[in-house]
Amino acid sequence: MSTSTLWLAAVLPGAPLVAGLLGLLLPPASHGDRAPARKLAVALGVAGAAVALLATLALLLRVDGPVEAATTWVELGGLRVTLGLRLDGVAVLVATAVTVVALAVQVYSTGYLRRGVHDDVDVDHRYPPYAAQLSLFTAAMLTVVVSGDLIMLLVGWEVMGICSYLLIAHDRRLPEAPGAAVKAFLVTRVGDVGFLLGIALLGVGAGSFRIADVLAHDWSTGTLTAACLLLLAGVAGKSAQFPLHTWLPDAMAGPTPVSALIHAATMVAAGVYAVARLFPLFAQAPAALAVLGVLAAITILLGAFAATAQDDIKRVLAWSTVSQIGYMTGALAVGAPAAALFHLLTHAAFKALLFLAAGAVIHAVGTTLMSRMGGLRAGMPVTFWCMLVGLGALGGVPPLSGFWSKDGVLAAAEAAALDDAGPTANWVGWLVWLAGLLGVAVTAWYATRLLLRTFFGVARTPLVRPHDPPASLRLPVLLLAIPAALLGLAAFAPWFADRLRVPADATGEAVELVHLAPNLILPLVLLLAGAGVAWAGWRRDPAADPARFLGPLRQVFARAFRLDDVQHALVVRPTGALARAVRAGDELGVDGLVEGTGRAAVEAGGGLAAAHRAALPRAAAGVLAGALLIGLAVALIGVTS
Amino acid sequence: MTFGQVLLVAVVAVPALGAVATAAVPGDRAGRLVGTVAAALTLLATLPLVGGEHGWFGYGPRPAVQPWHQLDLTWVPGLDLRFHLGVDGISWPLVVLTALLTLLCCGYTLWRVPAGGGSGRALVALLLVVEVGILGTFLALDLVLFFGFFEVVLLPMYAIIAGWGGDDRRRAARKFALYTLFGSVLLLVGVYLVVTAAGTADLVTLTGGAGLSRSTQLAAFTLLALAFAVKSPLWPLHSWLPDAHTQAPTVGSVILAGVLLKMGTYGLIRVAVGVAPEGARWASPVLGALAVAAIGIGGLVCLAQRELKRLIAYSSVGHMGFVLLGVATLTATGLQAALIGNIAHGVITGLLFFLAGAIKDRTHTGSLAELSGLRETAPRLAGLLGFAAVASLGLPGLAGFWGEAFAVVAAVRRGGPLWLTLAVLAALGGALTAAYLLRLLRRVSHGRPSAAVAPLGPGLAGAELTAWAPLVVLALAVGLAPALVLSYASGPVEALLGVVP
Repeated sequence: MSTSTLWLAAVLPGAPLVAGLLGLLLPPASHGDRAPARKLAVALGVAGAAVALLATLALLLRVDGPVEAATTWVELGGLRVTLGLRLDGVAVLVATAVTVVALAVQVYSTGYLRRGVHDDVDVDHRYPPYAAQLSLFTAAMLTVVVSGDLIMLLVGWEVMGICSYLLIAHDRRLPEAPGAAVKAFLVTRVGDVGFLLGIALLGVGAGSFRIADVLAHDWSTGTLTAACLLLLAGVAGKSAQFPLHTWLPDAMAGPTPVSALIHAATMVAAGVYAVARLFPLFAQAPAALAVLGVLAAITILLGAFAATAQDDIKRVLAWSTVSQIGYMTGALAVGAPAAALFHLLTHAAFKALLFLAAGAVIHAVGTTLMSRMGGLRAGMPVTFWCMLVGLGALGGVPPLSGFWSKDGVLAAAEAAALDDAGPTANWVGWLVWLAGLLGVAVTAWYATRLLLRTFFGVARTPLVRPHDPPASLRLPVLLLAIPAALLGLAAFAPWFADRLRVPADATGEAVELVHLAPNLILPLVLLLAGAGVAWAGWRRDPAADPARFLGPLRQVFARAFRLDDVQHALVVRPTGALARAVRAGDELGVDGLVEGTGRAAVEAGGGLAAAHRAALPRAAAGVLAGALLIGLAVALIGVTS
Repeated sequence: MTFGQVLLVAVVAVPALGAVATAAVPGDRAGRLVGTVAAALTLLATLPLVGGEHGWFGYGPRPAVQPWHQLDLTWVPGLDLRFHLGVDGISWPLVVLTALLTLLCCGYTLWRVPAGGGSGRALVALLLVVEVGILGTFLALDLVLFFGFFEVVLLPMYAIIAGWGGDDRRRAARKFALYTLFGSVLLLVGVYLVVTAAGTADLVTLTGGAGLSRSTQLAAFTLLALAFAVKSPLWPLHSWLPDAHTQAPTVGSVILAGVLLKMGTYGLIRVAVGVAPEGARWASPVLGALAVAAIGIGGLVCLAQRELKRLIAYSSVGHMGFVLLGVATLTATGLQAALIGNIAHGVITGLLFFLAGAIKDRTHTGSLAELSGLRETAPRLAGLLGFAAVASLGLPGLAGFWGEAFAVVAAVRRGGPLWLTLAVLAALGGALTAAYLLRLLRRVSHGRPSAAVAPLGPGLAGAELTAWAPLVVLALAVGLAPALVLSYASGPVEALLGVVP
């Protein structure tokens, strides 16, 4: 790797890292917009993301094939951990998505976390640590993206988790925020137990944690399947896949820009990216891919159905993320990492757009509940059109970006199902394909519902005046609308498609991201059906929620099949009870034994002492008896010897 | 005498003379100042110890212990006792950590003497005596000398807890002294057994078994490991720790958790494994299983804990469990993980105890039910507590990560059903660590300020920042550059493992 490329790649996570660490040193509480600490925090945050973005753009021009550089970080008993970079087309494209979204979020936050007309307390309280944590989050994700070593990847992976924890808990006005933050970290951490063990198996097996060494090692199927399954636990946690998806909807307690960052290009994307990075290993472990496929199919439908019944606009988007990530893992499961990554990129664009636009709505209305919105189209035309683009891309309306990438996933699944293509069994292909098709209809339904409930009909809350947001919020939204609309067309450009090739895919075949074939009609018909049903339902009574047609299922969907309760009953409560029992056992049992020994010794001593306290006659008798005994002993010893 | 030998003597003599001077100087504040200067000089003397002969260039097989510097003087000729000190890559990081933490504690005492106790001067003098004992333990290369230094620590620590501690200090101090004295008895018997069987007390000669029979080795390892397990502490011999740590004054807790526990793990590596390698191999499954039990039980007890300092104290049981798991695997990876885990735990838990002390001093309560909303009134303190907690839960990129993750890796490396199970359980224990530390943060840091927290001001004293900043920096530096601790350790660890069957 040339020196300048190496430097650019190091700047990528380095710039936001430095900005974040410096930002943490600023005085944490600042009041008012003009406080110098806040200004400095804004400057640091934006500069960190902007420098990283410039570095990725430069790398985009330079890197077309895989490049690597590594130096020993530390050696633990013959196991080498390297501080290494591994760049390829995929890494640079994903890094671009990360830095674009990060910059948009940094700019957007300066306007969003500011005392507004509806706020009774200072919202921007503690802005400097907030901006610094955003920077660290970006740095962590970029570390995952460029890392050439599994341990270094794990560093970024977990730092991202802790930053998400800090950011979700940021909003002091929400009493549920700290709990949601703890849940987000703990659920992903439970998955990371598997991730760490998987990395340990791979590292110990290959004798090195370098990704290149791990990929080059000759693995036995058993070890590899075990390692891949363990890695999948971590992936399920980070990418919010069933059954570890429960943290993500609750994470909506975080400020909206944070949701955009977590959902679009970082955190949830990390799991998909990690699997794509290690895809050659997974390709040799079809059992792991089959498990991934089953989880993906469940997640696609679980997320989509749960999204249909939410009233909170952010929760609709959160569940849509769960479902869309399911498409990506589904693509991975049927052996199409390029399709997964393509969907990752378009999803990054349109989901960031959707969250930031939703933030503009929330900013204007002062609530997240759709039952208190409606009729916002007239007052907020810019937000409306941007939201329309985002929802169109989410649903898969041609020619918006989501249409092309989702089609790519469905085509890959179809090929796996009908032609038995790819490394997995064809039943996995069928599962992913059918779930994906059904998901298209449901997605169209809930996207239409969101649009109608928010922007159409009559205003359900008499407001002062809904308005488009100020420039600091509007610009990032408008900027993100461009890739959300057009990124799909990039698939026709060969240089883009070639970069999405996973390097280990040495077949030499051109990567086909778009499949202009007659079977494109099928998802389009389903899309129209879903949207049409939602529209028809809304037409009957524009004031009522189309979700009422779900009937008794509405409650089930709204609570996401009550999996939260299941998790609570099966994991949280038993752990708590076990903890209390162990504590009691430790204090009464183990320590009780120690204390008991002490008390017994003291009592025995007391008893002996009491026996020595006696009145004169008994004492004299005792002394005489003792003398007699000693005399007898001496006499006996004298006789025998 | 070479420069290195002068340094070795200075490392033990400076704090000893400092303690005497602290006690002798008239005036409380002057005494504390003298003690702090002595602690600073000690730290300065430990740093250049790293310069020395690191490689092995001699002929013949590489010796199992190869000090960078050593000093071997006749001490009691009649009993063939020698004053044999030396330092190598296993002991040097611990020596520096001890000197650093003592300096920080002395400096902290310069600013604030715990209320309700004796004079600050006496406290500083006792801290220096404890330092002499701990440093001597890490440096001793003679088994009897090792035992002597090991015991020096006990009484001054008892006095620190009993003199300056919390409400229930006398009981806690008594329990600490008696319980660890019980461990010392076992250590004494173990040392006696080894020395009489081998005919020498020289650790350099003894390392590798020195021709001890298998049964002697098994007996010696059992005795020594039990003694060190009390000190480390290893579940179920840990119950002196929560009381002692909770009742001790802030500086006492820092020294206790930061370095005193490390005497146990260091002794286990250098003495127990070194002198009775066959015994170590024989007992390693039991040791590993107990270590994992400590991780799990420590984590679960913390999850149900209601007092701040007690929670941090119990967390040590879990963290030291990872260190002991690393040792138990008897692999190079595991031993190195144990070494860096030792240092990381000392830095991070030292910081946690400093912060817990600061919170208790300000709010006059340690009950988690009465603490809430710290980030609203004292954001810097809350931020530091958050940092320390995150470091303690083993976040990659901070110091705690290496020891814990690589103890798990080492268990995987050892292989076989038992060790793989232990690795899985230990990794689950890591998730438990996150659970109780985040629960702590959620209680203390988030939410609305409670009545105890509301009156706090955002400011931190300069002395507090001075005492904490090095630990914060070290937690980050060791996390980013683990080679700071491990770069010198690989040679000695390989050499030590070379003698384990």
